[in-house]
Amino acid sequence: MQELTHLDQLEAEAIYIIREVAAECEKPVMLYSVGKDSSVMLHLALKAFYPEKPPFPFMHIDTTWKFKEMIEFRDRKAKEFGIEMIVHSNEEAIQQGINPFDHGSAYTDIMKTTALKQGLDKYGFTVAFGGGRRDEEKSRAKERIFSFRNKNHSWDPKNQRPEMWKLFNTRINKGESIRVFPLSNWTEKDIWQYIRRENIDIVPLYSADVRPIVNRDGHIIMVDDERIKLEPGEKVEMKKIRFRTLGCYPLTGGVESDAVTLDEIIEETLGALSSERTSRVIDQEAAGSMERRKREGYF
Amino acid sequence: MKSLLKFITCGSVDDGKSTLIGHMLYEAKLLFADQERALELDSRLGSRGGKIDYSLLLDGLLAEREQGITIDVAYRYFTTSHRSFIVADTPGHEEYTRNMAVGASFADLAIILVDATKGIITQTKRHARICALMGIKHLVLAVNKMDLVGFDQRTFEAIKEEFIQTTAEFQIKSIQVIPVSATEGDNITTQSPNAPWYEGLALLPYLESIDVHTTDDTKPFMMPVQRVSRPDHTFRGFQGQIEAGKISVGDELMTLPSREKAKVKRILVTDQAQDSAYAGQPVTIQLDREVDVSRGCVLTMDNQVQEADSFASTILWMDDSVLTPGKHYWVKVGTKTLPGTVTAITHKIDINTGHTVPADQIVKNELAKCEFTLSDQIVFDSFEHNKSIGGFILIDRVTNMTSACGVIDQALKGESRFSTLDTGITRDVRAQQKGQSPLTVWFAGSDTVALAKEVEKRLMSSGYHTMLLESVSGETLRGTAEMAKVLNDAGLISLVSHDSISAGELETAREIIGGKGFIEVNADESGGMSIQDAAKSAVKRVVQSVIDHSPSNNYDI
Repeated sequence: MQELTHLDQLEAEAIYIIREVAAECEKPVMLYSVGKDSSVMLHLALKAFYPEKPPFPFMHIDTTWKFKEMIEFRDRKAKEFGIEMIVHSNEEAIQQGINPFDHGSAYTDIMKTTALKQGLDKYGFTVAFGGGRRDEEKSRAKERIFSFRNKNHSWDPKNQRPEMWKLFNTRINKGESIRVFPLSNWTEKDIWQYIRRENIDIVPLYSADVRPIVNRDGHIIMVDDERIKLEPGEKVEMKKIRFRTLGCYPLTGGVESDAVTLDEIIEETLGALSSERTSRVIDQEAAGSMERRKREGYF
Repeated sequence: MKSLLKFITCGSVDDGKSTLIGHMLYEAKLLFADQERALELDSRLGSRGGKIDYSLLLDGLLAEREQGITIDVAYRYFTTSHRSFIVADTPGHEEYTRNMAVGASFADLAIILVDATKGIITQTKRHARICALMGIKHLVLAVNKMDLVGFDQRTFEAIKEEFIQTTAEFQIKSIQVIPVSATEGDNITTQSPNAPWYEGLALLPYLESIDVHTTDDTKPFMMPVQRVSRPDHTFRGFQGQIEAGKISVGDELMTLPSREKAKVKRILVTDQAQDSAYAGQPVTIQLDREVDVSRGCVLTMDNQVQEADSFASTILWMDDSVLTPGKHYWVKVGTKTLPGTVTAITHKIDINTGHTVPADQIVKNELAKCEFTLSDQIVFDSFEHNKSIGGFILIDRVTNMTSACGVIDQALKGESRFSTLDTGITRDVRAQQKGQSPLTVWFAGSDTVALAKEVEKRLMSSGYHTMLLESVSGETLRGTAEMAKVLNDAGLISLVSHDSISAGELETAREIIGGKGFIEVNADESGGMSIQDAAKSAVKRVVQSVIDHSPSNNYDI
């Protein structure tokens, strides 16, 4: 009898989880962040239900500071696969002019965490799939695949429900919700290898190209539009860079690279000496910052 | 393509468990550079002064760092040139047994740590028992801190011998005992010169080479249905993950519980049509005819798969509230969730020693043998044979907590062990001949015998036909209840005296006899009444019930 490969096993596990949610939960939504993990999630959702379309909508929390190419990619994919794509932003905060330059860490709380809570509440979603992986960060390493949130969307790491075998308990009380992480057991390497094996389309920003950048606090920040305010002494340079993760352009550091093809990207990534989230500026603020964020409802 | 090994580590912080795994990752140069930097940074806050504290790699949560212990399961991922690994680092303390069980339920192998200066302790035995219960078939005993006993071979051999004896009662396929030092790095990635008498592999090479392949080629096809896909009226497919065996287009399979036969028309492995599919794959199966199948049903070619609604099981209680027999829970087996009740606690199992302990309640982190009954029949198999439909969880219906996990030991037969032949003379005919309607009166309370005797005497003298039985808690209870039912079938009124029956057992008895013909009389509720008065009031209830249920009563309406 054939034995499943490592990737086959991870794929089967994720599809099992996605189908369980679709079968047992009342109002699921799949969060879509346009990044490579979201591309894998969308791909898995399409495979899980084929020939049926995924029986739930997708939702993008748009901070309005995403790379332009991400938005274009999102809209193109939604059309191509015929899926329902909800886009939600914290309109109130936009009116107030909240931005990543002036509002520091409060920006992420307001435009991502608060916006996510708003989006879930607005449509009454009880279950949200996310692309979180346990290899990303220490507090995620301890989170269950089905992770419960109270009425205020906050996580209690000390009181997680036991998760036994494949017997997922999807029951919740009114007001509570669940975050489900089908990619919990995937590593960054698995994601890349799966993207190659399945020939999954990803945002071109992952691929090296000559782009306008500034150097800021040791990070390479792309000048994606005119809203970026240059500090005294900063100047825009053209450099061949790519991104290992995607988010809001002012908060996402690029890396100098010549990796253009998928194979080159993978080779560079797997040989890299820096784990993935280093390029996310927020994670370096303080030891344990991610855990604090999650308690407050960050995905 | 590399294979995947999922394992857990069990032991307490004193055994150096997190240090062991941390050191393994570090030595194997598996850390990303910036994680190494973070480790050095964190170590400044840690307990080992300037030296690297490897355990900080695994203890992620702030609360745990403050307390210096591992509370929950932490998952880590690493790959060597030979294999991919997922390691679940679990807490060792008895208070966190349920967290350890979570890790164990996910793993194929367990590394159990002992401190060479202490040897096999109670905790070691507990860890082995939990691993075995959750279905782990391969164990590694890492005898740590060998440096502190001067790498003494005799100390090691004594611990090894005791461990092998301890685990003899479990169905373990392989055991490897390795002498190590987690802080110093002996026998972690390479064979240690300090223990030349140890001829086996060092820990990491052992993990890279062990075969834990679980799929059994000879098992027949079995798939619990996760969902029915009906995008339009032309397509109907059954989606799920194949849990055993292989299926090909054209094969005939059986649907359970509807017991219809159908042939496989088409197989989709995810989004690709294939001629066949095998265990572990996610599929959508189309059949050649309409069948009565929904989520929770099973498609199979396995004759061993059965249906039942009552089970004997072994459970691990994981909730802060106590296990209450008679209380309703949701029970999830495979892809089926149904209301159910724990009808009886057979006994508790001491989680450390494995000894049987009488019990009428079970608290968090305790193991017990229990009987439970579901609202309907489900398709199941023994946990040994088919993990996916042999394990279950109990969910609290109010808090939605996963209150317990367990494994099905066997079905409890719904049919009576007393068989009567069908002669055409019905229960009603027999009852009419005696001029009464049969029922069972179950006497509960702390002292039931005197009252039961008095009630029978009074019924007898009023012209009723009765029989008084005595029942005790435990395994004979079902037999007594079935006997009472046979007597009812013969047209008699059965009286059963049963001291100190539990709520769950009373529920079992009621279910066997049938709620309509069952009356409970609680001897304790008569308070200060004399036996005579209590009996008088009980007789009144019985007589009223006989009248209510009397077949002749129907003519009066």
